[in-house]
Amino acid sequence: MSRISALLARETALAWGRGGGPLVSVGFYAGVATLLPLAIGPEAQRLAAIAPGAAWVALALASLLSLDRLFERDFEDGALDLLTLSSTPLELTCAIKCLSQWLATGAPLALAAPIAAIGLGAPPALAPLIFACALVGGLAFAFTGGIGAALSLGARRGGLLTAVIVLPLFVPPVIFGGGALDAFASGLGWTAGFALLCAYAAAAVALGPLAMAAACRNALA
Amino acid sequence: MIPAPAFLSNPERFMAFSRWAAPMFGLIAAILGLAGLYLGFSAPDDYQQGATVRIMFIHVPAAWLSMFVYGCLAVASLLSLIFRHALADAAAQAAAPLGAGFTFLALVTGSLWGRPMWGTWWVWDARLTSVLVLFLFYLAYIALRAALDDEAKAARACAILALVGAVNLPVVHYSVVWWNSLHQGASVFRADGPAMPPVFLIPLLLMSLAYMAAFGALWLVSIRGEVWRRRAEAAALRAARS
Repeated sequence: MSRISALLARETALAWGRGGGPLVSVGFYAGVATLLPLAIGPEAQRLAAIAPGAAWVALALASLLSLDRLFERDFEDGALDLLTLSSTPLELTCAIKCLSQWLATGAPLALAAPIAAIGLGAPPALAPLIFACALVGGLAFAFTGGIGAALSLGARRGGLLTAVIVLPLFVPPVIFGGGALDAFASGLGWTAGFALLCAYAAAAVALGPLAMAAACRNALA
Repeated sequence: MIPAPAFLSNPERFMAFSRWAAPMFGLIAAILGLAGLYLGFSAPDDYQQGATVRIMFIHVPAAWLSMFVYGCLAVASLLSLIFRHALADAAAQAAAPLGAGFTFLALVTGSLWGRPMWGTWWVWDARLTSVLVLFLFYLAYIALRAALDDEAKAARACAILALVGAVNLPVVHYSVVWWNSLHQGASVFRADGPAMPPVFLIPLLLMSLAYMAAFGALWLVSIRGEVWRRRAEAAALRAARS
């Protein structure tokens, strides 16, 4: 148990500190949220119609940013070899890596998401749901993103490749979260979309580490 | 259509089989395709869709094949991942561009069909979106294959990606169905029989079999090409060593 908490502390410290921490993700997120009205036009009505969806898509993009460092850093300096040799199963190590990725970027982004959505003109009553969706969706983004990051280990231009691999995997959570937000905004039942988002996140947490560990073993072989 | 993997897993037997099977599938594809096109063009105009109904004979088999090829890709990837079999990997590698081609054909012909029928080139409808995501999966597979230099590592990484996609694609499909649907429902594979008169159904089935045979021929040919390429590389390495 102490090994796991030590690993979690190490991974979170690395994800938080070394370039690509919460500041970079939130900064990118704020940048996208600023560009949107500049491109679409400042009319409040038009912006308010797309605010929840735009905040949600920008969140998915922002969670792509630091993925390329998730395994690459440890792959380059040999730490991944040591993690593979340790008695902790590699699946668990990968899950902990994604969890700390989520703590360092997903959770701060979840705090920023309601602010960005309200800034774009979403009704403030939407804020708790956006926060909850971003929190759960961030978990799904971190665990599916980890698969892409692990698969593109050792590839040329791995960061770009990670995005190409991961974006199709982001389709269901983006749809479920966007659907829940849209339903709430138009006064319909939002629980179905939110429950499906939670289910996708749970499946990603359960199955993602298996694929990640297989990909890491392959990259190190 | 799927050749018995156990018999064909021997590369010598596979090469002997595909030497005559590939041209035979090509011939079957040409005959069935010509018959299907002839019947398709001589079929009467549909009472609602007019002459544009003929796009169906090209569009629907391409859409079926786009999913069928992903199934072949996933099975080949599974075999390659479990048995580390080079031929299974060559089959997966060869299936990806073909599948991307069929998916692209389905998207383009669907778009050409949608313009006169729905009045728009593209709608964000469930089926269209899930086929587009399928296309993105094929592109991701091809991109990953191209980015990894070590062939053995590329084989396993791509196999893992193909299986992740196989788990994810049904979820994508149901998520977009939940989201929105405008595309007409299934009209051939239904519990109460096909909702289509035989004059359209027969050319459609002929064209589907032609597409299937064409895929078989192209797949075998590109697997053969991949086998020859690997043999040539191995021979070049041996020559360089001696």
